[in-house]
Amino acid sequence: MRSRRPSRAPSGAQRPSRAVLVLLVLACLTLITLDARGGEDSPLNPARSVVGDFFGPIESATAAVVRPVVAVPEFFTTTGDLRSDVARLQAENSSLRAELETTSVVRNRAAELDGLLATSSSTGYALVPARVVAMGPAQAFSRTVTIDAGTSSGVDADMTVLNNDGLVGRVLRADRTTATVLLAVDRESVVGGRLGSSMEIGFVRGGGQMGDRARLDLELVDNSVTPGRGDVLVTWGSRGGSPYVAGVPIGSITRVTTSRANLSRQAEVEPYVNFTSLDLVGVVVDPGTVSDRTLVRADPATVDGER
Amino acid sequence: MAVLRALALTLTVALAVVLQVAAFGYFSYQGVVPNLALLVVVAAALVRGPDFAAALGFAAGLAIDLAPPADHVTGRWALALVVVGYLAGRMRHDSGSSAVSVVLTVAAASFVGTSVFALSGLLLGDPALPATEALAVIPVAVVYDVILTPFILPLAMRLFRRFAPHQVAY
Repeated sequence: MRSRRPSRAPSGAQRPSRAVLVLLVLACLTLITLDARGGEDSPLNPARSVVGDFFGPIESATAAVVRPVVAVPEFFTTTGDLRSDVARLQAENSSLRAELETTSVVRNRAAELDGLLATSSSTGYALVPARVVAMGPAQAFSRTVTIDAGTSSGVDADMTVLNNDGLVGRVLRADRTTATVLLAVDRESVVGGRLGSSMEIGFVRGGGQMGDRARLDLELVDNSVTPGRGDVLVTWGSRGGSPYVAGVPIGSITRVTTSRANLSRQAEVEPYVNFTSLDLVGVVVDPGTVSDRTLVRADPATVDGER
Repeated sequence: MAVLRALALTLTVALAVVLQVAAFGYFSYQGVVPNLALLVVVAAALVRGPDFAAALGFAAGLAIDLAPPADHVTGRWALALVVVGYLAGRMRHDSGSSAVSVVLTVAAASFVGTSVFALSGLLLGDPALPATEALAVIPVAVVYDVILTPFILPLAMRLFRRFAPHQVAY
């Protein structure tokens, strides 16, 4: 076989040297050890931010090129499709309106709560608008995305990321022009959640799945409380609004199970956000943040009205 | 010429890594996207052999590990792609270079690459991942990689042939 194409393959490839393989594997193991042992202040963080500054703008540019191409199939939707869309949306709209009227009590209580929390210092939130430019593959087993706003826009680590549907996640790391966001469905993600009906608090963990199977798991602090199906879950917020601000809708309860082993109730939460089709998101920042793009400022009252 | 070759290689790897996260996210199936960097490494292995492919795999894996949306321990994809490059290079010597053997090599490489990555994650507990999820993702990843093989591999292999250092005929 070697004599068949002697001129094409370089001589080095004819006899693979074990040394190269051993060297490369050792290099990988060294990197893994350094990064895993280092934890939060890993020695590889500078390398990460250098590579991030290099790849970030390229990813933003690529996404800007690809986005219109992906939208092409939408041009070919027929009038019939559009009509059925309108009918479906009208039905959805009226059912949502009915829901809104019945939940006004809950909303009032939520507004009171927001008021209490807001007395500390902040007078409202401002949002840095950003677009999702890259999505981590499922093969990496961690659910992260890149957004096209970084430290130059006022985005920093441990900030809340949301979109018009609800909570998206939090900023893990910010480079100059891009930032990495840990989605709420990631297994490592834990969010403090509050039930809309009873104000009970609990912890919401990501299920690790994307697409149709995207689920969050809620574990309530008080075992005697049973969440109802369809109950709305919002964030209860952290001190200083970092990493999560209060009152962002997370999802609704779809299933409740009781485990006899530890007497705690587990509830499955369906997130409001569709994590596979994320596009425009907002990063919650302090209203006084200096940013190179226009901040979306909102009076807390109008935010409640629109929700 | 050597500088040009290095530049072309860097560009190819960077393009694969960027497209994988920035463009194919729109075409993901349950979040799984084709692993373009792995396909490029397999193409390098089929044309240039295990040593070159293992080195390229190290570079490409490191790029995936460090480029933005990644949030795992650095070196895990590098390790996976070094193993893939070496094994695919060895497979080239065992099998011919027919279309079927190329597809089989890609399928095996994709399986081994994703498995090595998942196993290193299980060992490090990064993230705490149940084996069932890994088993659900790996077959989808293999199928997606095989579907893209006819589009990516011929292109990448032609590129690596073109940029192979000239050999003295004997």
